[in-house]
Amino acid sequence: MDAFTTHTGRAVPLRRSNVDTDQIIPAVWLKQVSRTGFEKGLFSAWREDPSFILNNPAYQGASILLSGPDFGTGSSREHAVWALQQYGFRVVIAARFGDIFRNNSTKMGLLPVILPAEVVERLQAAAEADPTVEITVDLAEREVRLGSESWSFEIDDYTRWRLMEGLDDIGLTLRHADDVAVYENGRQPWLPTTV
Amino acid sequence: MGRTLAEKVWEQHVVRRADGEPDLLYIDLHLIHEVTSPQAFDGLRMAGRKVRRPDLTIATEDHNVPTVLGPISDPVSRTQVETLRKNAAEFGIRLHPMGDAGQGVVHIIGPQFGLTQPGMTIVCGDSHTSTHGAFGGIAFGIGTSEVEHVLATQTLPAYRPKTMAIEVKGELPVGVTAKDLILAIIAKIGTGGGQGYIVEYRGEAIRKLSMEGRMTVCNMSIEAGARAGMIAPDETTFAYLKGRPHAPSGDAWDAAVEYWKSLRTDDDAVFDKVVEIDASTLTPFVTWGTNPGQGAPLGSAVPSPEEFADPIERSAAERALEYMGLTAGTPLNEIPVDTVFVGSCTNGRLEDLRAAADILRGRKVVTRTLIVPGSMQVKKAAEEEGLDQVFKDAGAEWREAGCSMCLGMNPDTLKPGERSASTSNRNFEGRQGKGGRTHLVSPQVAAATAVTGKLTAPAALA
Ligand code: SF4
Repeated sequence: MDAFTTHTGRAVPLRRSNVDTDQIIPAVWLKQVSRTGFEKGLFSAWREDPSFILNNPAYQGASILLSGPDFGTGSSREHAVWALQQYGFRVVIAARFGDIFRNNSTKMGLLPVILPAEVVERLQAAAEADPTVEITVDLAEREVRLGSESWSFEIDDYTRWRLMEGLDDIGLTLRHADDVAVYENGRQPWLPTTV
Repeated sequence: MGRTLAEKVWEQHVVRRADGEPDLLYIDLHLIHEVTSPQAFDGLRMAGRKVRRPDLTIATEDHNVPTVLGPISDPVSRTQVETLRKNAAEFGIRLHPMGDAGQGVVHIIGPQFGLTQPGMTIVCGDSHTSTHGAFGGIAFGIGTSEVEHVLATQTLPAYRPKTMAIEVKGELPVGVTAKDLILAIIAKIGTGGGQGYIVEYRGEAIRKLSMEGRMTVCNMSIEAGARAGMIAPDETTFAYLKGRPHAPSGDAWDAAVEYWKSLRTDDDAVFDKVVEIDASTLTPFVTWGTNPGQGAPLGSAVPSPEEFADPIERSAAERALEYMGLTAGTPLNEIPVDTVFVGSCTNGRLEDLRAAADILRGRKVVTRTLIVPGSMQVKKAAEEEGLDQVFKDAGAEWREAGCSMCLGMNPDTLKPGERSASTSNRNFEGRQGKGGRTHLVSPQVAAATAVTGKLTAPAALA
């Protein structure tokens, strides 16, 4: 996972709510067994509409997605995160996220930022008025900045630290393998096995 | 102060707790399917890691499988299924492949084998893992990175979600099902209403549900945004489990039941949030829009976007009506349907098939109607009761087990513009095939709709 400290980039205003993961990447794209090539599937049904915001050349190269509330609801497919990252997004800002999507994002180093709906609306309006405007997302300061304005956001200390260090969760857990072994010895005897 | 059911189960599984860190949670059962696992196994291989507990892991093929006999014709789907077979063999994981008597949708086979038991932690790279919470455990969906984590460590770092009680007062009227109840709950609290919570469904109407009905309710917890849904175990739960292949037996059974009986929310426990709903006022419920919260009683009409005070909900409704090709004010029971689908992990169990058969017996369908058992065992049981013949006599298609038309990943799909009444759980744009339009319904409404060709409540059939 790439470390994330601070990021400055242009933003795409996606004025939709309930952007479920079936929209972010439709099921037909999930048949791949590799981890790459998912950028082609990103919003693939919506991208067929020439007026869809990602088809607007003014937003090419943007790296921050500004969405309506309830982004990433629905299916647990981590492919949604891969598709966003492989397309070039580093941050998604919304008022609410699906829980599993948010978890998946932080495992992969895509930063989900929760800001009040009015603030997201303010950022969307700014990106619509001037697609070249740059937004800074500062994880160290837990702050989003636009020109002279700034808004703080919440993220728990542990996730922030992991993202800033770019640490792999599995490696961290394996340091506690002894605790796991102790726990395993005390499990209730009737619990099922699959053998 | 007392503890909630969710807190009890969570605490029982904490391997390690440290200040400022998520709890490290032990996972009792890990379910695997072909779609969300290949990259996780690749990760293990690249890091030279093994599966810590293959004996707590089980795999099935479900999302990609065709529901007619024969091989998978789509080469990409086939590769994905073959990849699962290779991975299961390499890492020593029990797999139920296509054609196997134990194969089926991942959330159907766990309970069916008796692997899903009260008080367990269960995960799967699939959001409808919440289904298993019907037995009184904590069960939730995870992404592929977490699948890899569980394979490697049999644990997950996680913060305990907040707790929500959904108190379902009164009794469900005759003809109103668990599916209608959960659709009404989602419409009430919204698709984001459960975000950050484990929901415990409680109350008289819940206690009266069969295990199948409870699974239907817990299955769609994710559609209300919740991390998990659960129901305290009781005699209904124990009766369902007794004698299943992986349920405890003999003295172990008695010990287990004694412990399971402690798995209930203490009277003085406090939930972070409580929602109440009166079951006795409910009627058959269907969705009209493109998220599961956009639903209404079947006896009502397509709402007008103006009815929504919130501008975001209003624009979502406008967009949904456009996508669905619906006009505000149209009575829901006049909406014509091209295809009916009965199946999925929401409503693909024997009880669901019986309910559909009761309506189709002696009648004819006028739409393309797919009846897809959730597992090979459900299929066998249904055939032993002659349900397959009822469906065939009515003109419906009786299929092999799989996810089928629940999602557009296998050959069972809608064509652009086609409209379905579906017993599955998601009415998202394109979920059942690009451009397809989905109305979520109960098995009873699905069957009645197949008979008339319009969204129909069973009570309206002559
Ligand atoms: S039946 Fe549908 S919701 Fe259930 S596991 Fe399969 S695709 Fe997912």
